[in-house]
Amino acid sequence: MSEAVAIFLDGSIYAAWLFLVAVGLTLVYGVMKIVNVAHGATYTVGAYAAVSLCGAWAAGGGNEWGIYLPLVLAAPVVGLILGPILERLFLRPLRDEEETVLMLVTYALFLILEDSVKFIWGVDPYFLSEPYLLPGGIDIFDLTYPVYNFGMLIAATVVGVGLAWFLSKSKSGRIVRAVIHDREVAMAMGANVDRIYLAVFSFGCALAALGGALTAPTVSVIPSMGVEVIVLAFAVVVIGGMGSIIGALLGALLVGFVRAMAVHLLPEAELFIIYLVMATVLLVRPSGLFAPAEARKI
Amino acid sequence: MKSFSLRALAIAVSATLAAVAPATQAAESVKIGVVTFLSGPAAGPFGVPARNAAEILIEELNAGKVPGPHATKGFGGAPIQMVLVDEFGSTTTQVSEYRNLVQRQNVDIVVGYISSGNCLAIAPVAEELKKVTVIFDCGTPRLLEENAYKYVFRTNAHSGMDSIAAALYVASTKPGTKSYAGINQNYAWGQDCWSDFEGTMKAKLPAAAVTTSQMPKLFAGQYGTEISALLAAKPDVIHSSFWDGDLEALILQAAPRGLFKKSTVILTAGETAIHKLGNAIPDGTVIGARGPHSVFAPDTEINRWFQKTYRDRFNTPPNYASYHMVQAILGAKTAYEKAKAAAGGADPTQEQIIAAFEGLTYESASGKVEMRNSKGHQAIQETAYGTTKMVKGQLTVTNVKRYPADMVNPPEGVKSADWIASGFKR
Amino acid sequence: MPQRMLAGLSVLVAILAAAPWWMPPWMLFIASGALAKGMAALGLMLLLRGGLVSFGHALYFGIGAYAAGLLVLSGITEFVVLAVLGTLATLVLALILGTFVSRYRGIFFGLLSMALSMVFYGLLIKLQSLGSSDGFNLGGIHLLSIPMQGTAGQVPTYLMTLVLSVLAAIGIDKFLRSRYGLLTKALRDNELRVEYLGQSVRQLVLLNYIIAAGLAGLAGVLSAVAVGHIGPEMAYWTTSGEFVFMVILGGLGHVAAAFIGAGVLSAVQAVAYAVAPNSWQFIVGASLLACIVFLPEGLWSLLKRVGRRA
Repeated sequence: MSEAVAIFLDGSIYAAWLFLVAVGLTLVYGVMKIVNVAHGATYTVGAYAAVSLCGAWAAGGGNEWGIYLPLVLAAPVVGLILGPILERLFLRPLRDEEETVLMLVTYALFLILEDSVKFIWGVDPYFLSEPYLLPGGIDIFDLTYPVYNFGMLIAATVVGVGLAWFLSKSKSGRIVRAVIHDREVAMAMGANVDRIYLAVFSFGCALAALGGALTAPTVSVIPSMGVEVIVLAFAVVVIGGMGSIIGALLGALLVGFVRAMAVHLLPEAELFIIYLVMATVLLVRPSGLFAPAEARKI
Repeated sequence: MKSFSLRALAIAVSATLAAVAPATQAAESVKIGVVTFLSGPAAGPFGVPARNAAEILIEELNAGKVPGPHATKGFGGAPIQMVLVDEFGSTTTQVSEYRNLVQRQNVDIVVGYISSGNCLAIAPVAEELKKVTVIFDCGTPRLLEENAYKYVFRTNAHSGMDSIAAALYVASTKPGTKSYAGINQNYAWGQDCWSDFEGTMKAKLPAAAVTTSQMPKLFAGQYGTEISALLAAKPDVIHSSFWDGDLEALILQAAPRGLFKKSTVILTAGETAIHKLGNAIPDGTVIGARGPHSVFAPDTEINRWFQKTYRDRFNTPPNYASYHMVQAILGAKTAYEKAKAAAGGADPTQEQIIAAFEGLTYESASGKVEMRNSKGHQAIQETAYGTTKMVKGQLTVTNVKRYPADMVNPPEGVKSADWIASGFKR
Repeated sequence: MPQRMLAGLSVLVAILAAAPWWMPPWMLFIASGALAKGMAALGLMLLLRGGLVSFGHALYFGIGAYAAGLLVLSGITEFVVLAVLGTLATLVLALILGTFVSRYRGIFFGLLSMALSMVFYGLLIKLQSLGSSDGFNLGGIHLLSIPMQGTAGQVPTYLMTLVLSVLAAIGIDKFLRSRYGLLTKALRDNELRVEYLGQSVRQLVLLNYIIAAGLAGLAGVLSAVAVGHIGPEMAYWTTSGEFVFMVILGGLGHVAAAFIGAGVLSAVQAVAYAVAPNSWQFIVGASLLACIVFLPEGLWSLLKRVGRRA
C-alpha cells in the first residue's frame, strides 16, 4: 500500500518538474513552430540567475522566507533580457526558413549560451539549498518528503492553469490562438504578429528560466545542467503533442508515473524507458497524444 | 566582389594552416602533454582541479621548490613545458587530439585522461606511436588487466580498490549489517563499482542481502524517486559511487529526507563533495577519496607543501583529482631522472624511461606509490575511508581506517573481478 | 555535370589521393575520420533532399561499428567481411525499422529517429559484456594481407576510405539523376503530387531510408577501423547532430557537398580545440550560426559562385 502511495507521490512530483521544464518548449513550438533547442540553455541561465539574485538577497540581509521572491523573479528577469535578444537578433530575420533550419539556429544558440554561462559564472558549481531546506520535510507513510517538492507541484499547477486560462479566456490569449491556427490570416485581421512572437518567445524563455530557477535549490548548479534536461523536455513534448499545453501536462504525467513505477519495481528498465514510451506513443499516434489537428495543404 | 571572396578564403585557409602548423620546441625543455576535462560536467570536480595541480606543480618544479626527493629543477634539470588539451568530446576526437599531441606538438610524455573510454582507446595508439603515456585518473581495471602495454602506465590504483575497501570498512565497522543497497550511475563506472562492492560484501559479510540496486542515468540530476525507493527498502548500508554534480544533487536531495540518518551511506568518491558541500553532509557518512588523498593524506613535507601552495593559489583545498595529477607527474619525473642517471646524464629515450618506470617505487603527496601490477605498469597504493563528523563547524573525518595496498589491490597477474570472485585468494 | 565542376572535383580527388605523401600523419588521421563521417552525411543528405530530417542517423553509424566490433570479437578481422556484413546488418535493420518510421514526416520523423537511436544507446550502456559506456578496442584488422591498423595501416585505411567515399559519391550522384532520385527531390516539394504521378511515396521514402542507413553503417565500420575503438557515444544524439551540421554546412547541391561539410567541420573542431580549449563550443556554435545566416545553401553554393566567376 505504502509503495503505491510512494509511486503516486514520486510520479506526481517528477511530473510537476517535467511539466515546468517542458511547457515553455511546447508553447514556443505551438505558436512559432520553432523547436527551441536553446530552451535547455535558458533553463541553465535561469538557474544561475536565481543563484545570483538569491545570493544578493541573502547578502543584502533579506528576510529568510523572502528568498522565494528573488528565486521566482529570476524567471521574468531572464525572459525579459534573453527573450528579446534571441528573438529579435536571430529568430526574426530567419523566420521564413524551414523548421529544421530554425532548429539548427537554436542549437547553435544553445552552444553559444552554454559557453557564455561558463565565461560569466565559471565552471565551479553553485549551491542554493536554503529555499529547499527551509520549509522542512513532511512524513507520509514513514517516507519523508520535502515540502519544497509539493511547492513545485503547486507552481506547476498554477502555471498550467494560468496558461490554459490565458489562452482560452483572455483577449490576448485568443489572438495568440488565432496566430497558432493561421499566421497569415491573423496578420490580415490586424494581429501584430511580430509583437506576439516576441512576447511568446520571451514568455517561453521565462518559463524555461522558471524551471531552472526552481530546480536550482535541489541540485548543484553547473554549466552543463541543461543538456540532459533538453532531451527529457523533448520527449515529454513529443509524447504529449507538440504545441499542446494539455499534451505537455499529460505527457509529463505519463512519463512521471511510468518512471516512478520502473524505479520502484524494475530499476534496470529505467535507463531507456522514456525513449521507449516516446517511440511507442509516436508509433501509435504519430503526432503525439494531443497535437492540434493540422489541415493538409494540397 | 570575386577577388574579395577569393582573398578572404585564402586568408582563412592560411590562418587555419598556421594555427595547426607544427609547433617548434624550445631547446632543452621537456614537453609534457596534459589531457584533462576543461569543459563539460567532469571539468568542475576533476578536470579543473587536476589542471590546477599540474600548473602549480610544474611551476614549482621548474623553480626547484618542491621538497624532498623531488627537489631537482624540472625534469632532471630541464624545464618542463606543459601543453594542455581538453579531454571533452567523443573518443574519436580524443584519439585525434592524442595523435596531434604526439605527432604535431612533439611532446615527450603524455599525462592525462579521466574518462575510462578514452583511456581504453588511447592505449593502443600510445603503443603504435611509441610514446610514454601516464594515465592519471581513469578507473577501469580493464585497462591494464586485459592488455599488456609497454608504453602505458597508470599511477593511480584503479576503481576496484575503492569499492573493495568500502566493503571492508563496512565489514569492520558494522559487522552486524543485514541488508545493503546501492545507487550508482548506470554506465561502466557505476556498474563496475557496484559489482565490486557486491562481490566483496558477499565474500566478507555473506549474511547481508541486497535490497535494491538503483541505477539512474548518468547526469539524471533528479533522484526523488530513487531516494523514495531506497527509503522504502530500509537497508542498513547504502553504497554509491556517484561523482560530483550527481553526487551533490543526491546529497542535497537525500539528506533532508533522512536517508543518511536511516542508513549508513558510503560515498566511494565522496571526497570531492566535502570541500564545497561540507555542512550539507550529515554526520556518520562514510567518505572515500579513491586513495589516501586529501583528508587522508599523511602529514609529510611534500603533502604540507602541496596543501599550502595549492590553497594559497586557488583558495580551495586540493581534492583527489589534484592528488592524482601530482602523483602522475612526480612518477614521470622520478622515472625520467632515474633513466637519465642510468644513461650517464644524457636525455633518456622512451625505452629507457620505460625501463626506469617499471616497478618503480616513489613518494607522492599522498605517500608511497608502487608500480607493481601489470608487469610494473599499474600502481598500487594503500587507501583509506573515514566517517564524517562536524567539529566546530568544520567537517572532519573520524574513525579512519587505512587499508594496506595488498589488502585492496589484486596480486600481480590476477584480474580484480576474478580476485573478488575467488574470495580474495592471494 | 558542367565540365568545369567535373574538372574541379577531379583535381580535388587527385589531391586527396596524394594525401599520404603531403599530409602529416596526424592530419591524415583526421582526414580518414572526416571522409567516413562525410559518407554518413551523404546518406543524411539523401534523406534531407527528400524532405526528411533525421536526428537519429547515428543509430546506423553505431550499428555498423558495433557489427564490425562483434565480428572482430568472434575472430574475424578481414576488412572486406567486416565492411560487407556491417553494411548488410544496417540494411536489414533499416528495412525493418523503416517500414514503421517511413510513415512519419517533418519534426516527428526527426524525433522518432532520435528516440530509436537513444534506445539503442541505452541498450549499449546496459550491455556490460560489451564494455558498457567504455566500449572496446578493435585490433588486427587487415585487408587480405595488408594491415589496416597501427602505423602501417594508416595509409591503407585512408586510401580505402577515400576509394569507398568516391564510389559512394558517384553511386549516389547516379541515383539522384535517376528516376527515383528526381522523384525524391519532388517529395520535398509536394508529396501528394508525387503520389498522383504514380509513385508510391512510402516505397520511395523507404528506399531512401535504407540507402542512407547503409551509407551510415559502412561509415561506422570505416570509423571503427580507423580509430580502433568503438563506444556507445557513436549512437548518441550529439553524433547525429554532427551529421546534420555537416549536411547544413555543405549544402544539398551536390554529393561532394556532404564531404566538404564534413571536412570543414572536422577542421573547425580541430582548430577550435587547439586555439581555444576552453571555449570551442562557442566557436562551433558561432560558425554554425554564421553558416546558416550567410550561406543558407551551404558551402557548395559559395564554391559554385566562385567557380562561375573564375
